[in-house]
Amino acid sequence: MFGWEFPPHILGGLGTASYGLTKGMALQDDMEITFVIPKPHGDEDQSFLKIVGACNVPVVWKDNDWDYVNQRIGSQMHPDEYFWLRNGIKYDYTRIYTNDLGCIDFSGRYPDNLIEEISNYEAVASVLAHQMEFDIIHSHDWLTYPAGVFAKQISGKPLVIHVHATDFDRSRGQVNPTVYGIEKRGMDAADHIMTVSDLTRKIVIEKYFQDPRKVTTVHNAVDPLKDVDLYKKTPRKERVVTFLGRITMQKGPEYFVEAAYRVLQKTKNVRFVMAGNGDMLIAMIDLVAKRNIADRFHFTGFLKGSQVHQMLADSDVYIMPSVSEPFGISPLEAMQVGTPSIISKQSGCAEILTHAIKTDYWDIDAMADAIYSIVKNPAMYESLSKLGLEEVNNIKWQDAGLKVRAIYESVM
Amino acid sequence: MRNICFYFEIHQPLRLKRYRFFEIGQDHYYYDDFQNEERIRYLADQAYLPTNRIIAELIRSSNGNFRCTFSISGIALEQLEQYAPEVIDSFKELAKTGSVEFLAETYAHSLSSIFDANEFKQQVKMHSDKIEVLFGKRPTAFRNAELIYSDEIGELVSKMGYRTILLDEARQMLGWKSPNYVYNHEYLTKLKLLVRNHKLSDDIAFRFSNQSWNDYPLTAEKFVSWLNAMPQEEKIVNLWMGYEALGVFQRPESGIYDFMKALPYHAMEQQISFMLPSEVGKKLETAGSISAQHPISWSGLEKDISPWTGNDLQQEALHKLYGVSERVRLCNDKPLQHDWLMLQSSDHFRYMSHKDAYGTNYESPYEAFMNYMNVLADFLERVDAQYPTTIENEELNELLKTINHQEKEIETLEEELKKLRARKSKKEN
Repeated sequence: MFGWEFPPHILGGLGTASYGLTKGMALQDDMEITFVIPKPHGDEDQSFLKIVGACNVPVVWKDNDWDYVNQRIGSQMHPDEYFWLRNGIKYDYTRIYTNDLGCIDFSGRYPDNLIEEISNYEAVASVLAHQMEFDIIHSHDWLTYPAGVFAKQISGKPLVIHVHATDFDRSRGQVNPTVYGIEKRGMDAADHIMTVSDLTRKIVIEKYFQDPRKVTTVHNAVDPLKDVDLYKKTPRKERVVTFLGRITMQKGPEYFVEAAYRVLQKTKNVRFVMAGNGDMLIAMIDLVAKRNIADRFHFTGFLKGSQVHQMLADSDVYIMPSVSEPFGISPLEAMQVGTPSIISKQSGCAEILTHAIKTDYWDIDAMADAIYSIVKNPAMYESLSKLGLEEVNNIKWQDAGLKVRAIYESVM
Repeated sequence: MRNICFYFEIHQPLRLKRYRFFEIGQDHYYYDDFQNEERIRYLADQAYLPTNRIIAELIRSSNGNFRCTFSISGIALEQLEQYAPEVIDSFKELAKTGSVEFLAETYAHSLSSIFDANEFKQQVKMHSDKIEVLFGKRPTAFRNAELIYSDEIGELVSKMGYRTILLDEARQMLGWKSPNYVYNHEYLTKLKLLVRNHKLSDDIAFRFSNQSWNDYPLTAEKFVSWLNAMPQEEKIVNLWMGYEALGVFQRPESGIYDFMKALPYHAMEQQISFMLPSEVGKKLETAGSISAQHPISWSGLEKDISPWTGNDLQQEALHKLYGVSERVRLCNDKPLQHDWLMLQSSDHFRYMSHKDAYGTNYESPYEAFMNYMNVLADFLERVDAQYPTTIENEELNELLKTINHQEKEIETLEEELKKLRARKSKKEN
């Protein structure tokens, strides 16, 4: 598998989904997974798969002795493996800047020279494809499609690509042609395409002109929260309604502010929280001030790790008014700690959730109505909380893993 | 001799419009007129009117031997009067033939039999009054909304003077017993109980046009042969369904009307006749008593009342609603009392069911609950304006009693005064 992120060092939902899916798949006895990421940190959980760091794979032949290699990358990769992989170098990549081991320095993030990093990743894929044994290639998201395609060309093994998002989701329609080109080439070359929701499947078919027979939805799931009992609600008199995510156009933060404004016209017993960071943060602070609700509307900035779960547990309502969300794992996380969720119908997770309120992202009246109803009617809160928890506990990565397996078998 | 008892139900709730929380206290009109009118017109044109014509024809051509029963809720009658008055006229025509019976039920098609006995009595009386005004005869047989029944409800109904009650074939009540007998109430033995034949009713109402059904196509001959094959002692087959079954669930193209037209002839050929519930109660012997301690209904496989009261949402809505019933009955604000009835339709609660929200026009049970609770909040505010909920129920009753007493006292005193004055003027003369 080619991925870009893997926990614990993640920047978005892609890493979480990669982890959950591979862990769910690893429950199948005859499944062996090698997961390639640009830059591992060495503290990844390797109990159920093998992580290969692209930054440790030589693409240019350099003569080094065993001890030197061990000292340089021994903590992440066995030197023997380095020398073995070195035999897979079949092309001349000296045009790429490499270090003393003949490896490429990847940032593993989303830098400005992302396109260059993607093509360097492709070079690594060629070495791996020549040297390793595998039955199928699985590429997660557009960053890794070129690597997957190249590996397929070299090895002749089937390629499955996993669409976690498309550029149409990220840009509200203002597609970057370069990104679109990479996505389209990857989809064209793939033997099968998996999408995280029917919504995304539709985009792949309609905007990327893919054969519907080649595209299957495999909904994401959510990993059970191990220390769920740690996150208890702090009792308070006022109700808390929370938005949590990147404050960007895609997530629809302005609709949340407008809905909050409507709720506050009718009741004062509610506080609204916007957690996260993003390019629309300043605009949102302005909007809150303009609506004159700043005394009831709070910004927390970026939250991470356990802070996220604690914030969700402390909320009475979690709201995700995304304009376009391929899947959206956070409502499921809210439901895991018993917090009722309001999600936009334009989110993929709406397809698999029953015990959540669904509204159109632009329908601020409906959103406000739902918030009001949950904070005013205990039965509404209790039902959503109790039944939502039950529901989300039954959405398992293992089942997603079985679906992926069936797709593998259909292309092998 | 064997008998068929046909009964058709008509009920449509007054559906609520989209009512957002910021309208609470601002807007006191709760109904989606467009949707309600469209629905009633559609049903009238597709089912009620054509089927009524066929039934009239059947009665005429069989010299009144074809007989059937209708149960039309008060809310449905009101809507028919407003949007499709010709349906009412055609029922009046049917009533004149004498071969048709109208049943008593709760005016609002409500769950009041479970939550509020006083409200229940009042609604049943209201409905019987309306039936008598419209169709000229006061009902003697009763069927509850959703065929909800328990011993307790039977007792209530019996005390109101009804002699026959209709209920559904619920296993927890009947056990191994056949629905094709007349039964009586556990301790009020004069109260007769008729039981719906679940399978045969659904064969017509739901399976008739289903091509993957083993017995497709169902002909009148085949149907009558099934009846004939039953044990001789089973005297009565109760075929009860929603009236929409003829014309809407089963489209005319399916041949349902031909089936209905042919059925009486094949039946009579085999000495099977048609009876009305009140006649069944009088003429047929009972086969013993049956008892239901917990309410049964005609819904689902469980045949209990969980589709309306099974989850937290429904419980909260029902308790909020029936919490003010005393107060609403005390006031004499006509629009308020009308809304009170409309909000009681069992359908509103059915739409909040997670497992079986039959007929819902909401996207989810939560949405149904949200909308209903917003409407209810406004309604409760209006009740509160008349009789503040800060005053305890008992206290309020006491106050009202005093007022009532005073009124009566004033009346008697006034009368006395009148008499005295009259005497005085006589004397003067």
